[in-house]
Amino acid sequence: MGEPSVNPLLVVPGVSEPYQPRSGRRGSGFLDGPLRLGTTPSATVGPYLAIGMTWPDGAWAAEEGTPGAFWIRGRVLDGAGDLVADAMVETWQADPDGGFPSPEDPRGAAAYPGFRGFARSHTADPPGQFAVHTLKPGRVPDGAGGLQAPHIDVSVFARGILDRVVTRIYFADEAEANAEDPVLASLPDDAARRTLLATPAADGYRFDIHLQGERETVFFAV
Amino acid sequence: MTGTTSAGGLHLPRYHREDAALRTPVGFPDYRSTALRAPLRTPVDLPHRLTEVTGPVLGEDRVLPHDADLTLRNGGEAVGQRILVHGRVLDSDGRAVPGALVEVWQANAAGRYRHLGDSFPAPLDPHFDGLGRVVTDSLGRYEFMTVKPGAYPWGNHHNAWRPAHIHFSLFGRAFTQRLVTQMYFPDDPLFGQDPIFNAMPAAARHRAISRFSLERSQENWALAFEWDIVLRGAEQTPFETDDDGDVA
Repeated sequence: MGEPSVNPLLVVPGVSEPYQPRSGRRGSGFLDGPLRLGTTPSATVGPYLAIGMTWPDGAWAAEEGTPGAFWIRGRVLDGAGDLVADAMVETWQADPDGGFPSPEDPRGAAAYPGFRGFARSHTADPPGQFAVHTLKPGRVPDGAGGLQAPHIDVSVFARGILDRVVTRIYFADEAEANAEDPVLASLPDDAARRTLLATPAADGYRFDIHLQGERETVFFAV
Repeated sequence: MTGTTSAGGLHLPRYHREDAALRTPVGFPDYRSTALRAPLRTPVDLPHRLTEVTGPVLGEDRVLPHDADLTLRNGGEAVGQRILVHGRVLDSDGRAVPGALVEVWQANAAGRYRHLGDSFPAPLDPHFDGLGRVVTDSLGRYEFMTVKPGAYPWGNHHNAWRPAHIHFSLFGRAFTQRLVTQMYFPDDPLFGQDPIFNAMPAAARHRAISRFSLERSQENWALAFEWDIVLRGAEQTPFETDDDGDVA
């Protein structure tokens, strides 16, 4: 090797030059690191997300009439405390037995009756509010020999947010499990933990999402 | 605690996170709507556990045959330049993502969305609703027929225009792979003044621009644009080894 060679994959083309992911590297014939394609950058959903992202059955992580199912309802609020009426709230969670209806679960895909695990709710009607119909998730392994507290992973998309923001819903009536949860334990204080607690309500639970402000919800880098 | 599964021997993928210098930030000052909406506190790292490495199975049962052709709606043909948009969905370790739901939505050829909130005085097209859905095939390929969306004005700054774009929503296999983004067209003169385009780091912008494809253009019918989408890929690492006895 004489002069330092330039890896062609590190040369950034101009924006007018089309980018195509490559199926391999050109060079010595040996990989000098893991093959890695650049990921597509995210963009905001914009104000018209309802056209592409709403489903008639979106809210139903658990089908209507599923025993034990309830509603989680809440608001999405901006930094001025105003309702965000054009957000999409998506949820993903385990079933009551702690299984996931996903082949990516190394324990095998679960098939809990009437349970999809995923819901999405546009905050248009009533303005700024979302609602998902679901079941209380079971506890799932935390990877260190313990169990996580019941939780729901949440993505929020909206105009004015260029990448989704991720949070988790925990349940205020699961104090014992919450005290053992490694994610809650990783938060700085009780005020931060409280932003993730859904509180019991008439037909289920209530959970508000504060995008900004003094009560800004804890968001996660995943 | 009934129904919980013991934690022994689970091996979970960890999904690679793109370098911050190549990711779109959540907020961007030139895009004014981010001011009160993008969270201001530093997000807390969430290690990838079972909830993050799994995801819903959404496929053919969410898609109807006509969902792949946006040019035929309401018993007639949409006005505009027909284009075939096609490409592959991959993850960053180079594997195709088969059977993945792709949702798209866009403005019509005049730059107008079929949405109550869109007040741009350009005509609606009775034969265009701007919604498409497809599922990737066994090689991760997708394609749909549509018309080229028009550019449209918005209120972000004086004489602000969005470059022509198509919104894409993808699920992949895992919660960590979820992506909503926008596909652009080559050499759009509106890129320079668009803060949503320019919020992407300069080194990553080319990844959001499709390529004109004469090869896939259909003679006497439609132009073609090709765009590959790369989701986060998995790095296989042992998640837990406490009772791991499966060494060969």
